[in-house]
Amino acid sequence: MNLVTPDTGLLFWMVVIFGLVFLLLWKFGFPIITSMVEKRNRTIEKSLKDAKEVEAQMSAMVAEHAQMLEDARKEQAQILREAADTRSKLIADAKDQAREEAAKILADARAEIEAEKEAALRDVRKEVAVLSVSIAEKILRKELSEDKEQREYIDRMVDETVREQAQS
Amino acid sequence: MILTWLISLLLFAAPAPAPQAEEDVDVAGIIFEHIGDEYEWHILTWGDKHVILHLPVIVHGSTGWHVFSSKHLEHGESYEGLVIDPEKGKIVEVDSGKRPFDISITKNVLSLMMSSLLLLVVVLLTARWYKKHDVLNEAPTGIAALMEPLVMMVHDIARENIGEEDYRRYSPYLCMAFLWILFNNFLGIMPFFPGGANLTGNIAITLVLALCTFFTVNLTGTKHYYKDIFWPDVPGFLKPIMPIIEVFSAFMKPVSLTVRLFANMLAGHIMILCMVCIIFIMAKYGAVLTGSMTVVSVLFGIFLDALECLVAFIQAYVFTTLSSIYIGLARAHGE
Repeated sequence: MNLVTPDTGLLFWMVVIFGLVFLLLWKFGFPIITSMVEKRNRTIEKSLKDAKEVEAQMSAMVAEHAQMLEDARKEQAQILREAADTRSKLIADAKDQAREEAAKILADARAEIEAEKEAALRDVRKEVAVLSVSIAEKILRKELSEDKEQREYIDRMVDETVREQAQS
Repeated sequence: MILTWLISLLLFAAPAPAPQAEEDVDVAGIIFEHIGDEYEWHILTWGDKHVILHLPVIVHGSTGWHVFSSKHLEHGESYEGLVIDPEKGKIVEVDSGKRPFDISITKNVLSLMMSSLLLLVVVLLTARWYKKHDVLNEAPTGIAALMEPLVMMVHDIARENIGEEDYRRYSPYLCMAFLWILFNNFLGIMPFFPGGANLTGNIAITLVLALCTFFTVNLTGTKHYYKDIFWPDVPGFLKPIMPIIEVFSAFMKPVSLTVRLFANMLAGHIMILCMVCIIFIMAKYGAVLTGSMTVVSVLFGIFLDALECLVAFIQAYVFTTLSSIYIGLARAHGE
């Protein structure tokens, strides 16, 4: 059986050639290829891991950003509300103050007017008294020269005055 | 490829039986010529012209070394006291009929040289690509893109079966075995020069491959591996039996590797050759039968050829995977 009997020549050459090629490829072939590919695989794995980490960081940052926005919005609303409150309070205060001021001014003015009026009246009364005294003086100076009639007149005047006094 | 295979087989076989159409086609002769080894390489027959590559004969017999072209031994002629035995097809000494020590460059040896050189060049070119390019920034192109998946596939097989610890030491051998078998399987399917030699279907070749695995396994085995063979953890009455079984199994592993690859590739070659031969066997039974059988056998030939391409890959894969599993077993560490 030729087929199942290993041939010496072929055995010899197979050992020599296979061994030689194997040694060459062991030294200069396969390890270079596999180490390079493994290096690349490691880099790819690392890059993927890094990318995942960055993504996680990014999503954390996005969440933080959203939180910050939310906070800022709340703060803004608060500030606006406070400002509105302050404004209305200020306006109210100012109004009150203005009203008070106005009332005070009015009262002062009224008091002054009253005082002025009093003073004016007092002056007028003084004037009238002086005038009436001088008029009366003049009249008296003229009338008192005549007798009887003056006597009657004086009496009447006195009566009237007394009556007035009595009435009041 | 399949078409060229069939066409060139027609070229191979057609002129031979044509002149003697009356005679039966020597199917066994044709088949054994294709799957066997020869001292010359019959590349092509074109009409009456034979394109034959005469290969050098290198033998050491009782009269010392002889180195000459096999042209001198054509047609059963004897030269320097040597002749090709017509039955065995091997060189024997004319006087004694004994086989000399024969390391001639036969068809298979030349094919072995060419395919090994091809593998060497291809892998070294691939390695050169990786040296010259920055792998971190460039995707593999050309030959590197072709070879990288194959090499990395074997590398991964090695890692799975041998373990993270020391698979790197064995990965080059497994890559070498896988690619070498793959290259030669495909070259064997290729029907024309420089393919066509039935190398992986030759038992000497598969024996050397299996012995490589055998020595790798048994010379680098751990203590634990040897303890498992000679003093396994089994009940006392099994202790004397187990080493016998284990040693036998250790020696059967390379035998199974040898025969599996050899028989698969040989059977594939024979099947395809038979399919093609049907056409010529049928030639004497008239046009109708010949025509219809030609269609059938061409279709079957195409099918078998496609199957062989699959088998070529699977056998290389199986040999590598089994080798890596055997190595992995020998690298076992006690729990």
